Amino acid sequence: MSAQDVCDLPGIVARWHHDPANLVQILREVQDSCGTIPSDTLDRLAKLLDVPRVRIESTASFYAFFHAESHGAYEILFSDNIIDRMAGKEALKQYFCERLWLEPRKLSEDGLVYVDDTADIGLADQAPAMLVNGYAIPSLDKARLDLVAELIRARKPLAEWPPMLFEIPDNLRKPGPLTGEAFAPGAALKAALSRGAETTLAEIDASNLRGRGGAGFKTAVKWASCRKAEGEAHYVVCNADEGEPGTFKDRVLLASHADLVFEGMTVCARVIGARQGLLYLRGEYRNLLEKLKSVLAGRREAGLLGRNILGEQGFDFDIEIHLGAGAYICGEESALIESLEGKPGKPRNRPPFPDRCGYRNQPTVVNNVETFACAAKIAEKGGAWFASLGTPQSAGSKLISISGDCKRPGVYEYPFGVSVRQILIDCGAEDAHAVQVSGPSGTCISFREFDRRIAFEDLATAGAFMVFSRERDMFEVARNFTHFFAHESCGFCTPCRVGTSLLRNIMDKLAAGKGSAYDMNEMKHIMHVLRGTAHCGLGHTAANPVVQTMEKFPDAYEKRLKRLDFEPAFDLDGALQTARLITGRDDEWAHLDND
Amino acid sequence: MTEPKKLKVATCSLAGCFGCHMSLLDIDEKLFELVKVVEFDRSPITDIKHCGPCDIGIVEGGVCNAENVHVLKEFRRNCRILVAMGACAITGGIPAWRNNVDLWDCFQEVYSYGIGLENGQIPNDPELPLPFDKVHPINEVVRIDYFLPGCPPPADAIWKFLTDLAAGREPKLDYDMLHYD
Amino acid sequence: MTKTFTLDGKVIPFEEGETIMEAAAAAGVYIPHLCHHPEFKPHGSCKLCTVNIGGRLGAACTNRAAEDMAVESETEALNADRRALTQMLFVEGNHVCPSCEKSGNCQLQAVAYHLGMLTPHFTHFYPARDVDASHPDVLLERNRCILCELCVRASRDVDGKNVFGIGGRGIKARLIVNSASGRLADTNLSVTDRAAEVCPTGAIIRKRHGFTVPIGKRLYDHHDIAEVPVAGMERPKRD
Repeated sequence: MSAQDVCDLPGIVARWHHDPANLVQILREVQDSCGTIPSDTLDRLAKLLDVPRVRIESTASFYAFFHAESHGAYEILFSDNIIDRMAGKEALKQYFCERLWLEPRKLSEDGLVYVDDTADIGLADQAPAMLVNGYAIPSLDKARLDLVAELIRARKPLAEWPPMLFEIPDNLRKPGPLTGEAFAPGAALKAALSRGAETTLAEIDASNLRGRGGAGFKTAVKWASCRKAEGEAHYVVCNADEGEPGTFKDRVLLASHADLVFEGMTVCARVIGARQGLLYLRGEYRNLLEKLKSVLAGRREAGLLGRNILGEQGFDFDIEIHLGAGAYICGEESALIESLEGKPGKPRNRPPFPDRCGYRNQPTVVNNVETFACAAKIAEKGGAWFASLGTPQSAGSKLISISGDCKRPGVYEYPFGVSVRQILIDCGAEDAHAVQVSGPSGTCISFREFDRRIAFEDLATAGAFMVFSRERDMFEVARNFTHFFAHESCGFCTPCRVGTSLLRNIMDKLAAGKGSAYDMNEMKHIMHVLRGTAHCGLGHTAANPVVQTMEKFPDAYEKRLKRLDFEPAFDLDGALQTARLITGRDDEWAHLDND
Repeated sequence: MTEPKKLKVATCSLAGCFGCHMSLLDIDEKLFELVKVVEFDRSPITDIKHCGPCDIGIVEGGVCNAENVHVLKEFRRNCRILVAMGACAITGGIPAWRNNVDLWDCFQEVYSYGIGLENGQIPNDPELPLPFDKVHPINEVVRIDYFLPGCPPPADAIWKFLTDLAAGREPKLDYDMLHYD
Repeated sequence: MTKTFTLDGKVIPFEEGETIMEAAAAAGVYIPHLCHHPEFKPHGSCKLCTVNIGGRLGAACTNRAAEDMAVESETEALNADRRALTQMLFVEGNHVCPSCEKSGNCQLQAVAYHLGMLTPHFTHFYPARDVDASHPDVLLERNRCILCELCVRASRDVDGKNVFGIGGRGIKARLIVNSASGRLADTNLSVTDRAAEVCPTGAIIRKRHGFTVPIGKRLYDHHDIAEVPVAGMERPKRD
């Protein structure tokens, strides 16, 4: 069946204003309605959008969630963060495949179901988890997988599956200024409007708010620069592409505090003079889309979005939601903008930065979900209030997503400056041996460093906090992360495109017990090249997990080294297997002793 | 006065075409000078079958089968300095073109469907070296100390390289001597 | 007064808006590069032109020159990084110089010579890549593609055709063409297009023109790429 038969292409394209900049959204809808993006669809889209086919194909082939071949009626993607693995994901996946007589990455013979892995889906507190046709199911165990298998066998449409499968609790364990108090929609905007744009910006400045995505750039500086920049239009973009493995605090903010986030965006719009805002929601959070849309609708009704907001003449602003399609790199702000413009998510050359040249090459503020939530609170309660929280260099509170070996995984809101040790006590991680702070691209700290603090001046973090007990193998943690980076490298620059795959292959070699000191040096060498020459943060940090675990947990590596000197790059005996099968030989000369 | 001790050198060709060895012979009259400082162990020049302890081992060709590995490991065990000579030893070279051809198709073509074959059969004789899935450069199998590129390396480059090594200097090739084809 | 910066201690004049690469080239100083070409928009993907800009590493082709900035390029450390990047490009594809028509005229090879690369060093990927010989006049040999996107830029920005693009991502990124069949013959590429001759390697070459120049007479046989002028690298004359 061709896509034409099941998919209303002209309708989809019209819904997205015939604008090629909306290509990722168009492709998402095509994929949603017909299950694949077939080759002939690319041609038809090229005609409908009046752009070269090659451009459509570039985008369609970049994102992990788009595929040209059928994945059946049910596409099952198991989240493959190390936390999922620690929670038994591999065995459960195998169990599930056996129940349905399946092989991973192979469409079932009846064309019904397809099983594969995907990068962390933002549910590390409820691991293992999976996506079914893009919708998340948390806390997998055999009973839940049995139920899923039955529903698939019965060919029940997803809409008729028991809603309890898709229920995702917030797991908010420690509320704080952002998450603990009720927020009356409009409160921040009213305060901002009565203060005026300039004074509101001054309050943001006085609050010392720094970006919550990890880099910690001062928010007021970004807003002021964008406000000053000349352009045909100004844009507010909320980065909800929470892709860093182990991070899920934005999931909770969006699920239960969306008004706060949208209000922060609207305050920003007032300050920089924007009429349009975009929320870039990672594809894995598809389940939040309808709810977010209804929050937006509610805000329009309440006069908090749309024309003449809160009666202020000429204050027009609205927010559109764009869904991602499985690309971690789109969390990088300029890659996110490329994706919003319908292109593959490859980071731009900077400068210029988005504050001057962002979405559609116009001045754009890109901030994290949590940053906008903070901004709304600051607009409501003032900069001094916010600055009094946390430490002098790291004002305010920070949402931490805790997962792994602890009794109470979930979201915790702390004032900045809290020690790792305190967090470990609070979440019930008595046996903690290591913590990966801020995800694979962040910092791995050992039990010797638990007095370090969460703050920009010590451990900067986007929010992930993965706990590993004494029993965990830190080599396997690092290996999982190298696979992640190799999968997520956009492929633009040489060092990251090639280096991340080289690293992954060497880690796999070590895992197979065929490593040597040569390989260890090789990884350090690759890390050096990545750090110095890669195009963006992904490449700069891609080798961090390996280098840091090598340094802090050398035993995890040393026990795997077969020799100190050198080991072949490939499995010598294994590489003869095909020829043995072809010739039927099994004599002494048909084997190579790998020693 | 005693003669300075000669350097013992071994050479071999694995998955190569002996072109690099031809280039070695191509140093012509300088061969006489070379043998003043160098004594050959295993090499096509001497017909010695197994490599003994040597100062320098020079390997032409990549690794395409199990026998190549035995020879290469023997060289590594016995040679103080091991040199990869030529494009095939360094990158896999022309033989590596087969790396994306299915091995089964290779066997079929050679033993079953090749021109002039009748009742072709895939042999299972243990004396035939068993091929790998892919051809590999030798530095993917053993540690290599020096690389001398070229297809083949020019005679002058081989001469310069060997005389540098013999004199205890770090070998260095001029621009004209460094090429990959 | 002309503005200047220093490159390895040498004073380099520049005009407002020029990149380090452009100013260096105009002053006759070579910085190794592959994806850069003076006629096209700076791209910054190969990273070979990475220089030290006052303590920070950055691509010379995308970073603008600034007054009194101190740039280092010809250092042992930077050339070691460049060599490693070149080695990565070699192992990523299937670069078999002895059987390549572009050998001797190939910029990838010439840069490797310039950097004294004796071996690709890293473990080879030996990827399975397609050769497209469908076009009557132009061969597309993906084994040799280094994803510099010069053909993409040339076809889009000069030829106005959009014949080429990059598909996939990460190590699976590949050169794709603008046709439903995926064949070059089904695009509107013409052999006279800028995109047909801009390739720095042998990935896109004119058919029936291979091996016409004898060994010894090819562009880089006796001349280091640093000494071979590239048309357009000098600063355009202004009145």
